[in-house]
Amino acid sequence: MSMPNLRVRLFGIACLAMAIALPFCVSTYYTQFFAKALIMGMLAMSLNLVVGHGGLVSLCHAAFFGLAGYVLALLSPRYDATSMLTTLPIVILCSGAAALLIGALVLRTRGVYFIMVTLAFGEMLFFFFHDTKFAGGSDGISINIRPEIAIAGRQLLDLDKPVTFYFVVLGFLVGVIALLTIVVRSPFGRALAAARDNERRARSLGFPIFRLRLTAFTLSGALAGVAGYLAAAQFGFVAPQMLGWHQSATILVMVLIGGLRSVTGPLVGALVLIGMEEVLKAHLDNWKLVEGLIIIGIVILLPNGVRQIWPMVFGASPQRAAEIKPAAAEARHA
Amino acid sequence: MDFITLGVQLLNAVQYGAVLFLVASGLTLVFGILGVINLAHGAFYMLGAYLAYWITLMTGSFAVALLGGVLVAFIAGILLETVFVRLLYGRDHLAQVLLSFGLILVIDEIRQLLFGKDVHAVAPPAWLSGSIQLTDNLSYPVYRLAICVFCLIAALVIFFVIARTKIGMIVRAGSENREMARVLGIKFDRVNRYVFAAGIALAALGGILIAPISTVFPGMGDSMLILSFVVVVLGGIGSVAGAAVGALLIGLTDTFGKVFFPSVSSILIYVVMAAVLLWRPSGILGRQDA
Repeated sequence: MSMPNLRVRLFGIACLAMAIALPFCVSTYYTQFFAKALIMGMLAMSLNLVVGHGGLVSLCHAAFFGLAGYVLALLSPRYDATSMLTTLPIVILCSGAAALLIGALVLRTRGVYFIMVTLAFGEMLFFFFHDTKFAGGSDGISINIRPEIAIAGRQLLDLDKPVTFYFVVLGFLVGVIALLTIVVRSPFGRALAAARDNERRARSLGFPIFRLRLTAFTLSGALAGVAGYLAAAQFGFVAPQMLGWHQSATILVMVLIGGLRSVTGPLVGALVLIGMEEVLKAHLDNWKLVEGLIIIGIVILLPNGVRQIWPMVFGASPQRAAEIKPAAAEARHA
Repeated sequence: MDFITLGVQLLNAVQYGAVLFLVASGLTLVFGILGVINLAHGAFYMLGAYLAYWITLMTGSFAVALLGGVLVAFIAGILLETVFVRLLYGRDHLAQVLLSFGLILVIDEIRQLLFGKDVHAVAPPAWLSGSIQLTDNLSYPVYRLAICVFCLIAALVIFFVIARTKIGMIVRAGSENREMARVLGIKFDRVNRYVFAAGIALAALGGILIAPISTVFPGMGDSMLILSFVVVVLGGIGSVAGAAVGALLIGLTDTFGKVFFPSVSSILIYVVMAAVLLWRPSGILGRQDA
């Protein structure tokens, strides 16, 4: 193991240790807050498989997130808890299937068409839930009783306890990070990145680009389903706004803040953005004005995310600078 | 359904398509020339409608609102291009999407500060406020007819400018082969600025025209943005003629969808879009190699 790699691992372990210690150090409110932030981080990481590694700017990611929430809400009986072990696979399957279907259509297009078409199909799902009455229409629908993790009627974990819920979210998060890391480093992930960097060359080498991208899009949608399930379980409420394109764009902002080239970058982006929103909301009435200006500032000043701040302020090590510069050049030519 | 009702619905479809065309042509022009995807386009449509409400309230004249609203939007477009949008030339789509998303948040809050979040109605000008009696119990508002005529004239002007004037020639050259046009000595700095401002002004114009027949509300820009995207995707990006075809198609689909298939009408335009994508992925009049 080379030295920087060891450092990265130690850093990862330290972060995990902090995440495990966190609910014992903060109040219940912040435990719930961080659970929410981690769920959004999971969502942003799942989107980055398509955006960062696939090079496709998708604006319908929230649709899969929200769809998962709606499926859970519709599966939940009114006075009873559903079992996570049965409903979670169904939800993942639904989100994945929706992503497969939409992906098969939108991946026929390129570049700016792709952005517009993903936006349109995402809004189609939004209007579907907004305009039809069966899932509560524009009012949304509540999940009265949280799903439970139980085997043969015996409850294993009580998700009603915020700390337990937090650890379940953390467990899923670690799983998603592991899965995405394996996927990105696998031959599949390399081929996906090759298609992003030079589609023509990758095609001439014989990579099945459409199939690669569709697989990534579907996997990304399915993982968004996991996040949607957890978010719906946490809030006990699903509304059409969960699917809307403002949500999709917000997730993209998280991805950009965290940086496009790493698996866990978007998680950092989600924590930064949600933390920022929390502070702004507490102090300002027109907090969205400031948030909008900050987003504009980030886009203009930090095209590679917050990790650029470090070398900007403290000067880059030669290795870091070499890493960052090509990424910036790539971003310009994409 | 009798013939006259069908005719009324057809008029509605054309009128709806006409306004869609104005807004979408602005979007497609900006993308064709600047290569920038502007998500804040719908926000200017919304702003146009609020300006129409506010100026009509202040001056009592819808004509002043029409001119004033377009002028304000044009100036705002020039300022925005100078300050923000020029930084996006040559940046990737992600940066463009997110910067314009940031702009939407800012514009929404500015609207909130200036006009509040109430829903408003705007009265059409007095001489257009009547309606034409078609049968004993069926009439058609004159203002809707006026929109059709106005948009038709606006469309002709846009086509004339693009096909017959020097600025139109530059615009066409720029969307065809930007590098070559630059080599031939065209300065795109200024062209970009005016095209962006004109695009924004077209979005605002759409909002001003729609204000008297629809209500003015905060979320109106979002739905318009999605619809214009669908129109642009249908017609082919950068093609104004394509925007006209797409707008008419969406106008017809939406209007007759609501008449014949009310339960699925909100999904119908997306079905049409999916069908066109399967048939021609770069739009009906788009270059298929792109």
